[in-house]
Amino acid sequence: MIDIKELQTFEHDVIVVGAGGSGLRAAIECSVQGMSTAVVCKSLLGKAHTVMAEGGVAASLGNADARDNWKIHFRDTMRGGKFLNDWKMAEHHAKEAADRVNELEEWGAVFDRTKDGLINQRNFGGHRYPRLAHVGDRTGLEIIRTLQDYAVHRENIKVYMECTALGLLKDGERISGLIAYWRDSGEFILFKAKAVILATGGAGRAWRVTSNSWEYTGDGYALAYHAGTELINMEFTQFHPTGMVWPHSVKGILVTEGVRGDGGILLNSEKERFMFRYVPEKFAPETADTEEEGDRWLAGDKTARRPPELITRDEVARAITKEINEGRGSPHGGVFLDIATRIPAEKIKKKLPSMYHQFKVLANLDITKEPMEVGPTLHYFMGGVRVDSDTQMSRVPGLFACGECSGGMHGSNRLGGNSLSDILVFGRLAGLGAKNYVNSLSNKPNIDASQVNEIIKNATDILNRESGTNPYLIHEDLQDVMNRYVNIVRTEEELKTAILELERIKHGAAKVKAVGASQYNPGWHEALSIGNLLISAEAVTLAALMREESRGAHTRLDFPGERDEWLKYIITISKNKDGSMKIEKIERPSPPKELAEIAYAKIEELEK
Amino acid sequence: MIERNFKIWRGNSKGGDFVNYKISIDEGMVVLDALKLIQADQANDLGLRWNCKAGKCGSCSMEINGKPKLACMDRVTDYKEDSQITVRPVKTFPVIKDLVTDLSWNYEQNKRIPPFKPKPRENGAKYRMQQEDVDRVQEFRKCIECYLCQNVCHILRDQEKKNKFVGPRFMIRLASLEMHPLDTEDRIPAIKNEYGSGYCNITKCCTEVCPESIKITDNGIIPIKERVVDRFYDPVLKLFRVFSGSKK
Amino acid sequence: MNNNSIGFTYRADNWWLQPVAVLVGLGAFIAYSTWAGMQGAYYYYEPYLSPFYSPLVYVKTGIPGGAPLSHSLLGAWPAWWPNFFLLPSSPAVLILIFPLSFRLTCYYYRKAYYRAFTWSPPACAVGAFPQKNYKGETGLLTFQNFHRYALYTAIIFLFILYYDAAQAFFYKGGFGAGIGTLVLLINPTMLALYTLGCHSFRHLIGGQTDCFSCSKTKFGLWKKVTYLNERHQLFAWLSLFWVGFTDFYIRMVSMGIIKDYNTWGI
Ligand SMILES: Cc1cc2nc3c(=O)[nH]c(=O)nc-3n(C[C@H](O)[C@H](O)[C@H](O)COP(=O)(O)OP(=O)(O)OC[C@H]3O[C@@H](n4cnc5c(N)ncnc54)[C@H](O)[C@@H]3O)c2cc1C
Ligand code: SF4
Ligand code: SF4
Ligand code: FES
Ligand code: FES
Repeated sequence: MIDIKELQTFEHDVIVVGAGGSGLRAAIECSVQGMSTAVVCKSLLGKAHTVMAEGGVAASLGNADARDNWKIHFRDTMRGGKFLNDWKMAEHHAKEAADRVNELEEWGAVFDRTKDGLINQRNFGGHRYPRLAHVGDRTGLEIIRTLQDYAVHRENIKVYMECTALGLLKDGERISGLIAYWRDSGEFILFKAKAVILATGGAGRAWRVTSNSWEYTGDGYALAYHAGTELINMEFTQFHPTGMVWPHSVKGILVTEGVRGDGGILLNSEKERFMFRYVPEKFAPETADTEEEGDRWLAGDKTARRPPELITRDEVARAITKEINEGRGSPHGGVFLDIATRIPAEKIKKKLPSMYHQFKVLANLDITKEPMEVGPTLHYFMGGVRVDSDTQMSRVPGLFACGECSGGMHGSNRLGGNSLSDILVFGRLAGLGAKNYVNSLSNKPNIDASQVNEIIKNATDILNRESGTNPYLIHEDLQDVMNRYVNIVRTEEELKTAILELERIKHGAAKVKAVGASQYNPGWHEALSIGNLLISAEAVTLAALMREESRGAHTRLDFPGERDEWLKYIITISKNKDGSMKIEKIERPSPPKELAEIAYAKIEELEK
Repeated sequence: MIERNFKIWRGNSKGGDFVNYKISIDEGMVVLDALKLIQADQANDLGLRWNCKAGKCGSCSMEINGKPKLACMDRVTDYKEDSQITVRPVKTFPVIKDLVTDLSWNYEQNKRIPPFKPKPRENGAKYRMQQEDVDRVQEFRKCIECYLCQNVCHILRDQEKKNKFVGPRFMIRLASLEMHPLDTEDRIPAIKNEYGSGYCNITKCCTEVCPESIKITDNGIIPIKERVVDRFYDPVLKLFRVFSGSKK
Repeated sequence: MNNNSIGFTYRADNWWLQPVAVLVGLGAFIAYSTWAGMQGAYYYYEPYLSPFYSPLVYVKTGIPGGAPLSHSLLGAWPAWWPNFFLLPSSPAVLILIFPLSFRLTCYYYRKAYYRAFTWSPPACAVGAFPQKNYKGETGLLTFQNFHRYALYTAIIFLFILYYDAAQAFFYKGGFGAGIGTLVLLINPTMLALYTLGCHSFRHLIGGQTDCFSCSKTKFGLWKKVTYLNERHQLFAWLSLFWVGFTDFYIRMVSMGIIKDYNTWGI
């Protein structure tokens, strides 16, 4: 037993877990609202996943095309998510994104400009108009640096870097704080707080081929799950259509959608622009029929329609998978993405500098001369912690979630660019929500020593075991299972196999052992994240098995096509008393009338 | 499959030494892949930082065969087949463990810099800036804070003048603020007196190692030094200011 | 040898190549120019005047390979000149300070000689010469901040050297050209490419503003200067070599060692 008085202890009104775009934006809002705020993040400040985002942030600024407005952004988002999105969240998002982007500019962000000197916007899949404010292909970096520089100059924000949250603490039903550890020293820390905002991102690391960094081990999902919240929409994992496929060691690294937005085309081994064959009915009226029309659209002809490469990600990823499976793939098991023959070399280097660099260095390939080889890669979790659409609070009082860690906003498929706007909009709302919650409290929550001890014991057991399994090998095992059985196209049989496999891995994971001491020991850190990965993986698998239809990013070979019946339901995951995973099919409330009208409107009706 | 020898520095703040590892490598592997492989198979507790594995986050800075580099963008096959690859932590910052160093000094410097202070919007209208006005600033904002430039700058690395000079990364941070068309803050006196622009002797190692190819010295530090000259060392401009009554 | 020693490095490549090349290159130029400047003779061969000696403030007559008095700005060599070993009565001594100070305070040369001569540092990630109290350019070296004044004189010199090149088209009033004319024409051109790419110039011409879109001419000029600035190192060396070569060529012709081919048939 550890005496909690001896633990290093910090007290704040709010603890934000995560220093990505959503965490930092939430922290800034908390600070503006006058609360003492902690930001806890497991990497160094400024290295969070958001830094990798390339293409841009979606907001209907109307700078590049004045016809754009929030309603059309809302309609695109709902259509992209196959109408499974949380209506109110999608409304908040579409309405507020533009303000959040303008606010970033006030805080020092420097976006690319239009000829008139306004923030420039680029085309992206599923967005009716050029809508993505961007900085070349390093938009995420710009956003995180802006928020970081803004946050560090605020008095009441304290940042705890390389500090990993291990478990949440509760006083009865409500949140009272959390336990974390310093990565460098391995020491445990007690954070006392009235509210906790989870902004920990997704769990892509459960797959082998992923664009995600090591941080994406589903910590937030597991923290929330153990604390008693629900996770929703976990079956919807987005596979980005274009990840690198070669060399082997870089497989999965993202190739931004901006390549296609700027004119890049997809070709199979027969040099056919195959996407023309895969346009679903729903998008057909808004998609070009001929290459010539697509080119006119790219050149800015407002009467032309978009090329088929720019329909939503789920469709493109499925099409690519089909081409590869039918033997028309590229030499290393992808398809070709060609920008070289489409726009001049100088423009490629100017608009897509980091793509140019990435291929040059990692694959020895000059994208201004040769086509790239690309294939689907696990990219994003549409699912996550279930939260209130206005306050971002989960069903556990005082526990909030925002960004990729929360679920609902994107429905069954996220449009490119909608995440960077999501993290800003809902980061702020979570901050406001936390403020209202904290204000409503009449007394300070207490810390329960037994909870603290249990969390710490589970963590130190891994180090103290005499012998056990190598955490890295367990992780690899899990990645192989998920890549094989819970991939982009799923079947009942495979999903059931996955469940058995996950059980097997869980057994091994119970005996995981980290060698060495607790000071900066990546083996231990890895071991600590295995449990979180497993919860995330299991949630995805169970939900995928339950949803017997194909919708958005979730494709069931044995249940092709969208089923109207299923539009009425979402799937939630929570923890049973006995510790097992509970899965439920829950009816959705009917959509607010005025929003439904917008979502199902003809595009002409919304253009001003 | 080719075999390669790695010589990796292992230790902590109290000291350490190189340890040899032999692994077989795949085509296209980068040094970070090799380190991760060693970590998974031979040294579970090898201390190492990385995030994106795509040269975007600036976490994996280290010195490979003596050169400050990002391990995730350095291909193993670029080294001669029979050669040994030496990997050690960046020298300028104190070691925590193995290849991990304490970078907190850098974060402190950033806090010292007065933040962006934009002119007010004109009647709430959108800000307007031309692309050519922001090109320079955008170059500096490409910085991924890998701190390789801070590591290689001899003022911090060899001359132990961390108390006098903020280092190249923060010189371009300052340049990005000073050249920002909307910014209204004046940092020039502090650049000379507190951030130590005069300490830089423009020997350009920062530029040589920057993985983002930012022309730190030519486009950032020298222009800033010239602005300091305008304010402090140019007698003619000084006279001009006296007569025109302008403060800057 | 510990990690903090001078020259200590884990670098396995030939990092010393560059400082050595600079050492040799600059060393050779300094040696030659000092020697040539002290000669006070063979710097002229009508109509060619060595750039080391231009402009001619005073001229000493009756010297082999010297210029006629008519070329002098202020006339004959003053009698009060001490004329000892370090200060020979050579016209070069009077003006060498100007190009010298320009190059000495040039941002590129600073980099080059700080690395090659004072080892601060000799190369990147190689132990620097440890200075207990390193001051950079804040102590004694504060004078580097006056580079722009050296630049102003350098611009004046450009005109002078182009004037010399123009003179080289006229032999005793007769228009023509020789190899020497060409050599003398290339010289200020190289110098111009070097001088106009100067960092201070780039700042003064437009770099000091935050609003390029406010003046298209300013921005246009700045872009052109930037183009040269990106090649500043190249032109620094080319112009250095060429000015030395120009003197050498004229000296050789003047001494009669080589023959200048020209239209005048001299
Ligand atoms: C390569 C790539 C490109 C992308 N491009 C785009 C794009 O162009 N447009 C777009 O809209 N979206 C894009 N996305 C998606 C988008 O970047 C992310 O979804 C978004 O940045 C997530 O932000 P976040 O704030 O939710 O989380 P993150 O930025 O991932 O931050 C998570 C934070 O949580 C911390 N954390 C996690 N677990 C713990 C723990 N246990 N304890 C303490 N801290 C913890 C981490 O340290 C980190 O600070 C891209 C994603 C990738 C991978
Ligand atoms: S140029 Fe200046 S800042 Fe850059 S490494 Fe050299 S001394 Fe340091
Ligand atoms: S300026 Fe370049 S080298 Fe320095 S921290 Fe930024 S990216 Fe790294
Ligand atoms: S891991 Fe991100 S830069 Fe190397
Ligand atoms: S910088 Fe080289 S001449 Fe001015």
